[in-house]
Amino acid sequence: MASPASALSPTLVLGASLVYLMALFAVAWWADRRAAAGRSVIGNAWVYALSMGVYCTAWTYFGSVGRAASGGVWFLPIYLGPTLAMVLAWLVLRKMVRIARTWRITSIADFIASRYGKSRLLAGLVTLIALVGVVPYVALQLKAVASGFALLTGTPHAGEGGFDTALLIALVLAGFTIAFGTRHLDNTERHEGLVAAIAAESVVKLLAFLAVGAFVTWGLFAGPGELFARAMATPAIARALQPDAAHPFAYDQWFALMLLAMLSVILLPRQFQVMVVENVDERHIRRAAWAFPAYLLLINLFVLPIAFGGLLYFGAETLPGAAGAVPADPETFVLSLPLAAGAPALALVAFVGGLSAATGMVIVEAIAVSTMVCNDLVLPGLLRLKSFAPSGRGGDLTGTLLGIRRAVIVALLLLGWLYFRIAGEAYALVSIGLISFAAVAQFAPALLGGMYWKGGTRNGALAGLVAGAALWTYTLMLPSIAKSGWMDAGFLQHGAFGIALLKPEALFGLVGLDSLSHALFWSLLANAGLYVGVSLLRTPSAQEASQALLFVDIFERTREDRPVFWRGRAQVADLQALTRRFLGAERARRLFEDYARGRGAHGIAADARLVQFVETELAGAIGSASARVMVASVVEEEALDMDDVLRILDEASQLRAYSQALEKATDELRTANEQLKSLDRLKDDFMSSVTHELRTPLTSIRALAELMVDDVEMPAAQRQQFLGIMVAETERLSRLVNQVLDMAKIESGHADWHNTDVDLVALLQQAAQTVQEMLRERGAVLDLQLPPASPPLRADPDRLMQVLLNLLSNAAKFVPSPGGRIVLRLRVDATGATVEVQDNGPGVPEAQRALIFEKFRQGGDADHRPQGTGLGLPISRQIVEHLGGRMELRPDIGQGACFAFTLPWTRSTEPARDRAAAATAGDPK
Amino acid sequence: MTRLPEHLLTQRLLALFAAGWLLWDFPLLRLWLSEATVFGLPLLPVALFGAWALLIVLLARLMEARDEG
Repeated sequence: MASPASALSPTLVLGASLVYLMALFAVAWWADRRAAAGRSVIGNAWVYALSMGVYCTAWTYFGSVGRAASGGVWFLPIYLGPTLAMVLAWLVLRKMVRIARTWRITSIADFIASRYGKSRLLAGLVTLIALVGVVPYVALQLKAVASGFALLTGTPHAGEGGFDTALLIALVLAGFTIAFGTRHLDNTERHEGLVAAIAAESVVKLLAFLAVGAFVTWGLFAGPGELFARAMATPAIARALQPDAAHPFAYDQWFALMLLAMLSVILLPRQFQVMVVENVDERHIRRAAWAFPAYLLLINLFVLPIAFGGLLYFGAETLPGAAGAVPADPETFVLSLPLAAGAPALALVAFVGGLSAATGMVIVEAIAVSTMVCNDLVLPGLLRLKSFAPSGRGGDLTGTLLGIRRAVIVALLLLGWLYFRIAGEAYALVSIGLISFAAVAQFAPALLGGMYWKGGTRNGALAGLVAGAALWTYTLMLPSIAKSGWMDAGFLQHGAFGIALLKPEALFGLVGLDSLSHALFWSLLANAGLYVGVSLLRTPSAQEASQALLFVDIFERTREDRPVFWRGRAQVADLQALTRRFLGAERARRLFEDYARGRGAHGIAADARLVQFVETELAGAIGSASARVMVASVVEEEALDMDDVLRILDEASQLRAYSQALEKATDELRTANEQLKSLDRLKDDFMSSVTHELRTPLTSIRALAELMVDDVEMPAAQRQQFLGIMVAETERLSRLVNQVLDMAKIESGHADWHNTDVDLVALLQQAAQTVQEMLRERGAVLDLQLPPASPPLRADPDRLMQVLLNLLSNAAKFVPSPGGRIVLRLRVDATGATVEVQDNGPGVPEAQRALIFEKFRQGGDADHRPQGTGLGLPISRQIVEHLGGRMELRPDIGQGACFAFTLPWTRSTEPARDRAAAATAGDPK
Repeated sequence: MTRLPEHLLTQRLLALFAAGWLLWDFPLLRLWLSEATVFGLPLLPVALFGAWALLIVLLARLMEARDEG
């Protein structure tokens, strides 16, 4: 018993608790306001990760320390298992989220029922198992708060002093849950305020626990080193970490606990609620996958220090089972240590932390279970009543449904409170938690199997769940009740009906396992075995097969090309009326408007897609099983058989293939179109360049001719000069036209080629002679660097000469005068011949290098633009490429320009490639 | 860091999952059950928490690899 001197006044503790709960209301209210203003606070991966912290209940907060005090690290598997589960969160949880989002699934019962053909029976069974597992768990939370309160205030028994803390807390929590958890009927709309409050609670309990841990480790002791050294020096404590021959380490139980916790972290109704239903964005799973395990690590960091510190502080005789007066129960060390050490403020903080752990769990569990109970237990019964019959004139049912849900929340919390009042003293905290875990673990085969295996059937899931639940009851639940002294414990020793093989904790003679591992083994074995076995007895029905496809292959199809397994006749008005009844007139109107907008110009047709849409929307409010029954009642549907399912699937696949093919064809067309456009642009550029080039000499000829027409008395000498210019301009015109024609011929592949064996050395010498006179006029010298002989090359000598003359005359235009020097070089190797024309002119500026081979791009700046048409180089390159060679402008090395072309001895290029090269000749190399 | 291709991510997660079971369960768990101490702390909790922290770090690296690269 805590010393009265250090006790806090009940008013203070109660006041602090109420202030805390009010703060929680404020957080939730604020978050709801933010959400309404479009600035959601829960659209954040950190908030999502923190909300998962609802896993840590009062059981963690108080129970872990108790377990550590007696068993050392045995509190850990409950948190290592979830960490392993979160490693796979991106694979498993994401799939659950996607499935739940797509089909508007709002509870674990709905998830399982929906997978196996929207079975009401299955939904009801899952709900029942969850309910049985959850009520004691809620009771445990209330008990933790009540006993914490009693400890802090020094009143040994809750309820004394005129009020019942647990009842008060239960009612406040019911109020909170109703206020923030049943605002909308459709549970797929996120509970913004609720999730924000849960995330805040996670922060509070973590900080409070860390504060106590730091206080014990560094306040009461001189750090972890000293604490552990002293603990290890105390045999009673050291035994917890050091298994000996008398107490061997129970590896089987360790494994069972990890497996159990791994499954529970996704199967507990509250975890399913925060992780799947309240998930806003699948990508948040990435952060939560590691942040949630990190949270678990932090909250467990000081469990051992507090446990051992408490044992040392109060004396090791506080170990459970030790005889004599117990100064403090290890499960309350978190409170009793600060209290006894004279830090009542910290004790109050620790109590608030425990309160937050308990309330967070109760709130979320109440939401999750109320949804299940309302949709899967109450509603199916109600819908049988006349006044609820869909054909009836019953109006809007949303109010009724919300009322049911609220009533269920209050009932659940009162049930938890009642359970606590009746059975509160019967169990240790840890065992209630584990019994709940084992109950929800029964969902694993049907749920996980159903996500990855298409062969699972409704009967298989039912058989597995019934067997698992029955064995759980017989091997775990009943023994714990018996051990509490509520029923004759005789069957524990002798087995039911005195049959030794039916001993609940050694079923069929299986001994050597602790009761939890034993129960888990038998229940999961029977569960998974019957699930698989019964499923394999017959092929899945059409309804089961279609749902299996939609679940297992969720990632393989988008909403558009997902098959719709429905056939029949429906009226839009009927579906609208049904939607109005369950979702309210306003929401129904909006839904149908959105749907119509999504369908585009077609408007709303009463087709399979609309039926599926309505059914999915209803599922968000009343669960998929009830939604199925309701929709079926207003439409005329044809039963599908397996062939129909396959046919619909086939059609959907074909549709998908078509749309993919269409997409591909569109892409190809788009590319082709782009190419055509770019070619068209090139042609336009070419045309405008040609006309521009033609206009210049024409203008000059016309101007001179007009002058001569106007001035008949023009002196003969001037007339002669003008005529000379006109002749020269005409020559330039014809040269230009010839070149354009030449270019066109080569590009179109219609040019005449007279290929013979060409002696390159002779050809180069001939070219040199031809330009000799022009060079001499410009005062330039030509340096011929030729090998003595070269093998014959198959080419058109005239065309080749045209290239050479073009390059040489280009060079001659740019060399300085006088002092110009041009080198004409021929190199021969095994693959081909390379001709280089190097000059000592200014070279080609960097900016123009890329453009030099384009049509009408002349080198040189505006001041001394050389004569020429601007077609010489492009034509030369066309010719060289036609001959299978390559022409290039060598990199500038500061000695003028160097043009070079290489011709292979043997032509490897096909004419087709020539034409392709010609088509893109405008592109700079 | 660039985001991993999905199939590689899947395999790495499965490998990490297997590593977690190995580190935390029999028979490696048997190794941590010794009287040895690390910086004055008993080996068993240090090993379990150490493996835990390691797993979280590796998982965080895998999960937070985004396509920013």
